[in-house]
Amino acid sequence: MTFNRRQVFGLTAGAAAFLAVAPRISFAATEDTEAAIKAFTGGAEPVEGTITLDTPEIAENGNTVPVGVSVESPMTADNYVESVLILAEGNPSPAVATFHFTALSGAAEAKTRIRLAKTQNVIAVAKMNDGSTFIDRKEVKVTIGGCGG
Amino acid sequence: MATPKPRVKVPKKASKGEVITIKTLISHPMESGQRKDKEGNLIPRQIINTFKCEFDGQLVFECDMDPAVSANPYMEFNAKVENSGTFKFTWVDDDGSIYESENKITVE
Repeated sequence: MTFNRRQVFGLTAGAAAFLAVAPRISFAATEDTEAAIKAFTGGAEPVEGTITLDTPEIAENGNTVPVGVSVESPMTADNYVESVLILAEGNPSPAVATFHFTALSGAAEAKTRIRLAKTQNVIAVAKMNDGSTFIDRKEVKVTIGGCGG
Repeated sequence: MATPKPRVKVPKKASKGEVITIKTLISHPMESGQRKDKEGNLIPRQIINTFKCEFDGQLVFECDMDPAVSANPYMEFNAKVENSGTFKFTWVDDDGSIYESENKITVE
């Protein structure tokens, strides 16, 4: 199969148009996520570090993806992690779960299993009792989506 | 739906001040409200929305869950134990049902 000059121009223009639109689609998906982070932190911009999100690089089955979070903290009565929010950008609704810790937790670590609709970023935001916030994000590649049809 | 059955793993013994790991699992379909049945109607959402762990009446760990948590929700977390006592685990269903489990721990 050969292309003449006109067809080649048409294809290039089509591909360029697609590339221009694609980033906007993924940006729209993160707006909900940004709003959820803002609501959780009370408007503050979370800093990277202190919190570690543990996810597999590739999840074959999006129905059960193991995720873990751990936050560096002494977990004493006056210095502890209040809560950790887990978000999945590419799901129909980004909220996944919120963990609430207390000084009795001993360590700010938790693991669970979540559903991911497609390949996307998973985000964890931690809120300390003094109001400071921390964020970590990891991309998870999903082979089979986990939100049903 | 069969009555959800909680399964909890707590060490029987611990030393004073030790941080122990607790693992819990409850059988539940966690219907997300996104799926459709054969006729194309949405299956209504029914999930466990809250999980709580208390030690002798004091809150240790709590989790608010959204439909993105997998079926048969699994939770692994930690607790610091200073004295012998009882852990109480509570799961709250969207329909208001409450499922409970209790485990004793001895601190030496």
